[in-house]
Amino acid sequence: MDMSLFRSRRLWIPGLALLVLVGLATLPLYGSLYMTILMTAILMYIILTVSWVIFSGPSGYLSLASAAFFGVGIYTSAILLPTKGAVLPVLVVVLIAGAISFVVAVLVGALTLRLRGIYFAIFTFGLVELIKQVLIFFEISVTGTRGRFIMLVDTHTIFYIMLGIFVVLMLTAYFIRRSKFGLALRSIGENEEAAAHSGVNVTMVKVITFGISAVFMGAAGAVIAMRWTYIDPYIAFNPLFSFLPVLMAIFGGLGQFYGPLIGAAIFAYLEEVLLTKFPYYYMLIFGCVLVGTMLFMPMGLTGLIQRGWRRLIGGQHADA
Amino acid sequence: MRMLEGEKVTKYFGGLAAVLQVDFYVEQGEIFGLIGPNGAGKTTLFNLISGAFTPKSGVIKFKGEKISGLKPYKICRMGMARTFQEVKIFANVPAVQNVALGALFGAPKSVSTAEATKEAEELLDFVGFAVPKNIPAGGLTLANQKRVEIARALATKADMLLLDEVMAGLTPTETAEAMELVKRIRDRGVTVFLIEHVMRAIMGVCDRIMVLHHGEKIADGTPKEISTSKKVIEVYLGE
Repeated sequence: MDMSLFRSRRLWIPGLALLVLVGLATLPLYGSLYMTILMTAILMYIILTVSWVIFSGPSGYLSLASAAFFGVGIYTSAILLPTKGAVLPVLVVVLIAGAISFVVAVLVGALTLRLRGIYFAIFTFGLVELIKQVLIFFEISVTGTRGRFIMLVDTHTIFYIMLGIFVVLMLTAYFIRRSKFGLALRSIGENEEAAAHSGVNVTMVKVITFGISAVFMGAAGAVIAMRWTYIDPYIAFNPLFSFLPVLMAIFGGLGQFYGPLIGAAIFAYLEEVLLTKFPYYYMLIFGCVLVGTMLFMPMGLTGLIQRGWRRLIGGQHADA
Repeated sequence: MRMLEGEKVTKYFGGLAAVLQVDFYVEQGEIFGLIGPNGAGKTTLFNLISGAFTPKSGVIKFKGEKISGLKPYKICRMGMARTFQEVKIFANVPAVQNVALGALFGAPKSVSTAEATKEAEELLDFVGFAVPKNIPAGGLTLANQKRVEIARALATKADMLLLDEVMAGLTPTETAEAMELVKRIRDRGVTVFLIEHVMRAIMGVCDRIMVLHHGEKIADGTPKEISTSKKVIEVYLGE
């Protein structure tokens, strides 16, 4: 058998990607409504994780601001798509949510990306709390509400918008990784000072990438808000959405492009299964899975897959 | 023509004057050496020139333009590149891409990725890098990491190179190769400003030398003048 065709990643990776995409796009035709809803949630986690990886993966800046941008998206939906009738078309609202998240990220990034290491992580986490508290204050003292209801949107529409965001995100992530911009971002993560002295405008590269990653988080938030139909500041700015992307990315493995994607997909599915099958022990089992991952798969799932792959094809294809 | 000029350059760390009222200039096409005991302020002066620090007072001019206060990437794009005392390379990035980064971002004119890679390969050959160019830079020997750093600096199409102790930690053979390389860099038309501890090396390659001590300039002149200067001998050898 000719193994070279089989080995060539140029052929089978895009092929596989296309197959998965077709499978997803036609899901509402053969799958149940529950499947569509579940896939929407999984896609949401993938979007959060991969967009987190776009910035934090190569740059080494641990951002815990995901929940902030996600929440900004959720609130954009809540304000522009109230139950009494939409102000704007659904798709436009999603784009606006992405744009607002971008602006917030660029402003915050310009102020804070000079902070390094743990200081940056803590500040970004503080941002989630800050926006949440300001919003609570505003809702109580000005609008006199705590939560908001969102217009009902068709489940399939929600699914397809989420899928669209996912596709655009994957293309963006791929091109950033392959471009000179990606090389600059990596060099910042490896040695920021050397990058700056080699002509990289480090502040701009960091701020722009931070902004790009926030676009997708905001857009995903806007879409999922239509599914949740009721939100309040505690739901929208839940710090869990800052931590989950990090955990999912590590679970999948940061070494490979597809690592965070697989990690988020399996992680989200696992969460759903555990939550429905073992509602009382789900957090406990989940914790055990995480500890096991850290102990036995330090390179994440993809590390494990690669080891198996190398054994399968004879080992001469190290991680090229 | 004066390539680089500093006038009363001063930098304090807290109450300590790391660099105090230092005047210097580097002529186009020369190899200019900077020596001095540990803590004399040599690397601080490099950091001031390359934009890592801003001087508290004084002016630094490059090609006649004031550069003190500019961001490092701007100074780099004006044609000044540097290496570091502790090599700063991108450890998990292939050597050739380490160098290509300089061509992609540091050069005044933008180039395509393919051109940058080609330039990077040529420069790695030029600096005597003789191992596969796709090896991640972190796995290279110190001498080769320094070669990568120099190639990256050259890739920015720099007219002037600041070399901070390129010979430290090298074997005698490697030191000789490095000296040779410094001369070849100058022959390409690049002005070289270097900090060095290896006396034999600096006396052998430099056209002029400046000596710093406790942040102040105590002497400058030709290698011969420096090696016979009473003040310099006092500082280095004690009375």
